[in-house]
Amino acid sequence: MTGILSLTTFSPLLGVAAILLLRLAGKPDDAKTVNAAKWIALFTTLATLALSTLLTVQFVPSNAGFQFVEDANWFAGLHYRMGVDGISILFVLLTAFLMPFCIVASWKSIETRVLEYLIAFLILETLVIGVFCALDLVLFYAFFEFGLVPMFLIIGIWGGKRRVYAAFKFFLYTLLGSVLMLAAILAMIGISHTSSIPELMHYKFAPWIQTWLWLAFFASFAVKMPMWPVHTWLPDAHVEAPTAGSVILAGILLKMGGYGFLRFSLPMFPQASEMFAPLVFALSVIAIVYTSLVAFRQTDIKKLIAYSSVAHMGFVTMGIFSGNAVGVQGAIFQMLSHGVISGALFLCVGVVYDRMHTREIAFYGGLVNRMPWYAAVFMLFTMGNVGLPGTSGFVGEILTMTGAYKASTWTALVAASGVIFSAVYALSLYRRVVFGEMTNPALAAITDLDWREVAIFTPLILSTLYLGVHPGAIFDLTQASVDSLVAVYRAAIGA
Amino acid sequence: MTFSADLALAVPELILAGSALFLLVAGAFAPKRTLVVGTGAVLALAAAAAAAAVSPVGKAFGGGLVSDAASSFAQVAIYAASAVSILLGQRWFARRGVDNFEFPVLILLAALGMGMMVGAADLISLYVGVELQSLALYVLAAMHRDNAKASEAGLKYFVLGALSSGLLLYGASLIYGFAGSTKFADIATAVHGGAGTGVLFGLVFLICGLAFKISAAPFHMWTPDVYEGAPTPVVGFFAGAPKLAAMLLFARILTEGFGGAAGQWRQVLVIMALLSIAVGAFGGLAQKNLKRLWAYSSIANVGYAVLGLAAGNAEGVQAMLVFMVLYMVDVTGFFACLSALSRDGKSMESIDDMAGLFRERPGIALAMTAFSLSALGLPPFSGFWAKFYVFKAAINTPDVAIQGAAIAGLVGSVVAAFYYLRLIKVMWFDTAVGKTDATPMEAKTIAISAALFTFPVVLVALVFIDPLAKAAAAAFGLA
Repeated sequence: MTGILSLTTFSPLLGVAAILLLRLAGKPDDAKTVNAAKWIALFTTLATLALSTLLTVQFVPSNAGFQFVEDANWFAGLHYRMGVDGISILFVLLTAFLMPFCIVASWKSIETRVLEYLIAFLILETLVIGVFCALDLVLFYAFFEFGLVPMFLIIGIWGGKRRVYAAFKFFLYTLLGSVLMLAAILAMIGISHTSSIPELMHYKFAPWIQTWLWLAFFASFAVKMPMWPVHTWLPDAHVEAPTAGSVILAGILLKMGGYGFLRFSLPMFPQASEMFAPLVFALSVIAIVYTSLVAFRQTDIKKLIAYSSVAHMGFVTMGIFSGNAVGVQGAIFQMLSHGVISGALFLCVGVVYDRMHTREIAFYGGLVNRMPWYAAVFMLFTMGNVGLPGTSGFVGEILTMTGAYKASTWTALVAASGVIFSAVYALSLYRRVVFGEMTNPALAAITDLDWREVAIFTPLILSTLYLGVHPGAIFDLTQASVDSLVAVYRAAIGA
Repeated sequence: MTFSADLALAVPELILAGSALFLLVAGAFAPKRTLVVGTGAVLALAAAAAAAAVSPVGKAFGGGLVSDAASSFAQVAIYAASAVSILLGQRWFARRGVDNFEFPVLILLAALGMGMMVGAADLISLYVGVELQSLALYVLAAMHRDNAKASEAGLKYFVLGALSSGLLLYGASLIYGFAGSTKFADIATAVHGGAGTGVLFGLVFLICGLAFKISAAPFHMWTPDVYEGAPTPVVGFFAGAPKLAAMLLFARILTEGFGGAAGQWRQVLVIMALLSIAVGAFGGLAQKNLKRLWAYSSIANVGYAVLGLAAGNAEGVQAMLVFMVLYMVDVTGFFACLSALSRDGKSMESIDDMAGLFRERPGIALAMTAFSLSALGLPPFSGFWAKFYVFKAAINTPDVAIQGAAIAGLVGSVVAAFYYLRLIKVMWFDTAVGKTDATPMEAKTIAISAALFTFPVVLVALVFIDPLAKAAAAAFGLA
């Protein structure tokens, strides 16, 4: 089945073409056109989801190598090379899974320039899937970097009050990290004479070169992740982005950083990874503890969740650089779980924001009186965020901490305190928003979830619980690839 | 070599020279002269490009003129760009009531000068080529006679250009005096194993003169003023093709003539590249006029091309050629966009004029977004691939100074990203300030075609450009 990967990657562009035709044919602001475009976008994302599900079904979990590989010569020694392994296929699936929610979540809340909005999202989907499928360094970089543009537009056009500031900060921050990665990519091509990711995973760079290359990649992925102290763009971007933009940002774009560590840093620069592991551990625990405390002091719901994302990504980096199978498995699981849960939390914020147009925590209170269903849904995802056993959030945290414990006991101990801190800020948020007396008269008329919102949350709830009680579904897919990754890494560092 | 064989190598130049003279006469007598001369000039350029593409390899006129893969490559690109600027410029002038048939003829003469520059293998033909090109450009800059700013631009360009020609000549005479010949090949023998102080002194002057022509810092001062004042389609012309010609000439004299002194001129180029990137990035931040902004952008971009050249190997020259060709399409397209836009009959030139353009003119706004992102160096646009080649060449030299410069250059591109993003922000986020006039067909077509080249056509085009540029770079006989 060659070609299915490209088809999955570029299928959203077919939707873009359809919407463009629609725009050329009719009036762009006509209600009928807008409605048709929404359905086209939804249908396209569902088709992509179907394709990536098909991909997952066809995937052979016991094969640790890359599958569905496509390879064509390009120019200057570059190749158009695509393929997925047990690690990347899950991110493809996650992307395709979250996209339809983004479209549905924007159904009513986006009222201006809807066609452009949908096009931006569909292009973004292609680029993100491309990042996870690309097996050529330069192709990867192209997908990775161009993803900034649709997100820049999404934040800048459909965002909140300080959207221009947030969009610029997002773009420039990420770009600065990325150009250093570009320098490293060019150096790697120059030294090894190949841009093929599978070949480079077995290429042994000299240790002193590894150090520089690792730092350059780290600059890019640490910003993307984001790790403390380069996380400051994220709260701004989240607060200003429209709901669906936040979902994509937290759910998928941040994962590109973690994916990058797994795909590049660990296998390609093992010695450097081992050398810098203490640095990563230190930054991770700072992220876990410090940003949790910062989250507790926030007055804006979205900002609070944004900071909690930084803390959760701390677990991911900690797990990845623990360098053992448990830690890496945990990190992957944590990323997937966080993708679903944080996406759902932002959608929860979107529900009340659409009704009240404010995200001030102090504005709310006592919502349970008017919105019992909403309270239940929000409760579930809050618990998932805290890492309650039975939800997917628990599995990732416990595994990354187990992995880190093997590598560095102190790191695991300090990180464990983060679990408590996350309960502190998440539960206090929940209490302040949902419980208590409903004192604000503006809230009196607020309505509970409608059928559209129920339809959004149902699959998210199911997947959170399913992954919580049956994490094996993920591990079956990742096992072989992670084992081979860890084996290569440990062999290289002589452990 | 017989005289006829010499002439066979100079067919493209002869076509241009002959048709320029003929069209000048025809323009004086023919009815509908602008149409006749314009069409004739475009046809002449097409014929010259075809002749350049199939031109045999060799040296003519006692080694003064050379025809090889590099000159053919550059000539085809230059003649194509010249033809496009005739198509763009003639109607633009006509709409402003300037009905002069000299415009296509001047472009032809400039193209002839550039054709000579890329084929020059002798200090004399170098100077003749540079001067022919420059003089035509001075007049073109002031073509819009009734416009005070255009006249100012032409005068400024002329005075400063004359100064740089003086530097160039002074350098050439020093080199001749110390090396004993004007031919690049003989100079190479003289500087074999390192240049003496006298020749080196001359080389520095020569580099300064050429740096002025490509507007590399610190010889860039004229660029913003001239770009601002000169007619928009003319700016699109002289921001692209002449720089390609000058860069190729630069590459040829440095590698063929001064290959033995590579260690010395590379230091000069690295500093020039870094300065240009810095001036372009920081200077552009404060600009409000788009033409001035693009002047700074072009200063920065020339810095990248010079960086490729500073690598001093075949990969670097190839990178420089790919860079300049892709950049040429970029600037031509961008200025075609600017030529297409007007509001109440007045050109839209400031960034604020572009507010809400996406709602108003989605096609042009998308094209301008593509050019901005391309100039920013964002993949998958052509500007990224251009930078990809340059930085790959620079990072993979064993020279730490050039590697460091490459990384500094990459960081500089992040600074410059701010002003490209601001343009995009204004076009996409802000609300329109008023209706724009209908966009003229030819400018719109050129703009959209160039934008489509920027992405996605470039992804296919590079498959063909890459080996051509490689062959062109190989013509210099570098490692």
